[in-house]
Amino acid sequence: MNGRRPKIDKTDYYRGIRMTPYDLIKEISIATVGILVAVLILSAVLSSPDIPSATIQAWAKSDPVDFVTTAASELAGQTTTAQYGPPYTTGSGSVQSIGPIEPQVWAGVHVAVNAPLDFVLQPLSQATVGDQTLASALTTFNNASAAQQQKWLATYNQALGSAKLVDNEVSVPSGDYGPVPVLMSRLLTLARSGGLDALLLTSEHFYQTDFSKPLLFLSDGGYFPGLAQAQDLTGSQWGMMNETGRYPGQAWLWLFTLWYQVPPIGSASNADLLVVVVMTVLSLGLLLVPFIPGLRDVPRWIPVHKLIWRQHYRSMTK
Amino acid sequence: MSEASGLGSGTGTPPLAAGSSAEGEPGWTAAVRRRLDGRLPLEEVLPTRQPAFVGSWVYVFGVVTIAALVWVLVSGTVLAFMGSAWWHTSDLGHFFNSIHFWSVQMFFIFMVLHLWGQYWGAGWRDGRAKTWMVGVVLFLVSIVTAFTGYLIQQNFDSQWIAVNAKDAINATGLGGFFNVLNFGQMYGIHVMLFPIALTLLVVLHIVQVRSRGVVRPIGDPYVPDTGESASTGASQ
Ligand code: HEM
Repeated sequence: MNGRRPKIDKTDYYRGIRMTPYDLIKEISIATVGILVAVLILSAVLSSPDIPSATIQAWAKSDPVDFVTTAASELAGQTTTAQYGPPYTTGSGSVQSIGPIEPQVWAGVHVAVNAPLDFVLQPLSQATVGDQTLASALTTFNNASAAQQQKWLATYNQALGSAKLVDNEVSVPSGDYGPVPVLMSRLLTLARSGGLDALLLTSEHFYQTDFSKPLLFLSDGGYFPGLAQAQDLTGSQWGMMNETGRYPGQAWLWLFTLWYQVPPIGSASNADLLVVVVMTVLSLGLLLVPFIPGLRDVPRWIPVHKLIWRQHYRSMTK
Repeated sequence: MSEASGLGSGTGTPPLAAGSSAEGEPGWTAAVRRRLDGRLPLEEVLPTRQPAFVGSWVYVFGVVTIAALVWVLVSGTVLAFMGSAWWHTSDLGHFFNSIHFWSVQMFFIFMVLHLWGQYWGAGWRDGRAKTWMVGVVLFLVSIVTAFTGYLIQQNFDSQWIAVNAKDAINATGLGGFFNVLNFGQMYGIHVMLFPIALTLLVVLHIVQVRSRGVVRPIGDPYVPDTGESASTGASQ
């Protein structure tokens, strides 16, 4: 077997083209230093965004009614997370499909979240030490039938509509709520102390890096999206690609975000899946540009190359 | 000692001539060396002469993208070394975060200019389709890398982006395996796996470009030598 050589030898390939001296290393060095200077100036003058993260503690302190309303809905299994479907639950509330194509269902539950248990009952049971009232309220709730639990929660949730803050406690008109008000008041206290932030992170392990539960809980309330709204970060404001403040965000996601603003796609209940499909097709298109008739010919039809190689074309006509 | 001094001689095998491309030798190693040598001799990796049309501004974008990537990697290395809380608590840390942030913005700006430059110059011609395709993969991998970077900022943005992005990823069925709410997972992906992949792909991309040389301008095509001495004329 003979040694392989490039199919076209370069001296042959560049036949008729003038060759000039060229200093690659010098060019790279200049570019590297140039970019460093630009980046140092930008960093010194404009810095970078760092809005502190939201915590459940801050939520419970600044909007206790919203916190308690969300927690009660978690307990009733009626939040977005509680009804989400895979990968968190077996439900179907946020499952998207295109006809019979439902990859979300096929993939199944991998980050299991049991909203009533994980967000409310489990943390509370860990806080019962020395709190007899809470312990017996929990026992009462756990021993009640599912129907009874739902009845308490339904009336309580309705009453929350006219909830007021009295002495920094969430107060509702009196009614038959069973142990629910005690549970909620204790959960609020726990959240305000910062304890709930920590309890939502615990598992059998010592080290924790998975924030799925606290983030899902936060996202079920009104406080968290409210913060985003204030920072112009929501979807209708081209959310995903924006940064807090006036900083450039992931501007390169513009095409991805654009589709959410296009009515038939953006308003569909399976918008996310549709957008992913559209973007996958477009990405494949970009990948295969060299092979797609029409797409690969545009650069010949619209002669931007006349600008790119102006010098060269000028020398050709001489 | 005596054995060592006898290495490479007296075995009957002629010593290798410098620059040999293992012509005619059997074996995998020889085959790999032939391939590398044929495709990419050092004078092609570090050329000192280039076609005059490489003076065009369009060729600057690729090089500047590399330059920006260098600073992304350097600042990222410092951030990773100092630990994930550093830049929230120290001014110097925050400054390094700013350097990382703005290098990334530069990287994307110049990569996209490079992409458009290559599109309008149809840089995939004359057997360069794979170079274009690796470029597109680089573009997509860069987007995912930046995305995971935004997720591990440990601030409000990360929380918001994670919570919003999860639905699209969950809809594809990948949410359980690529869990944007899992900081530890995203941290490892952003700090290690993707930077390594990106760097290797850039090296591959550059090797592809250097092994073929830059493409000829549109409208001044390569005409295979048919043995006649007359050339295409146009570029004389
Ligand atoms: C990390 C990102 C990238 C880097 C660092 C990079 C770097 C480079 C460099 C240094 C060159 C040599 C010529 C020049 O400077 O223009 C080049 C050529 C090329 N790049 Fe990229 N590139 C990247 C991404 C892309 C993308 C996104 C595309 C297109 C989708 C692309 C397509 C090409 C093509 C087709 C060539 C060959 C041009 C020719 O033969 O004249 N590259 N790239």
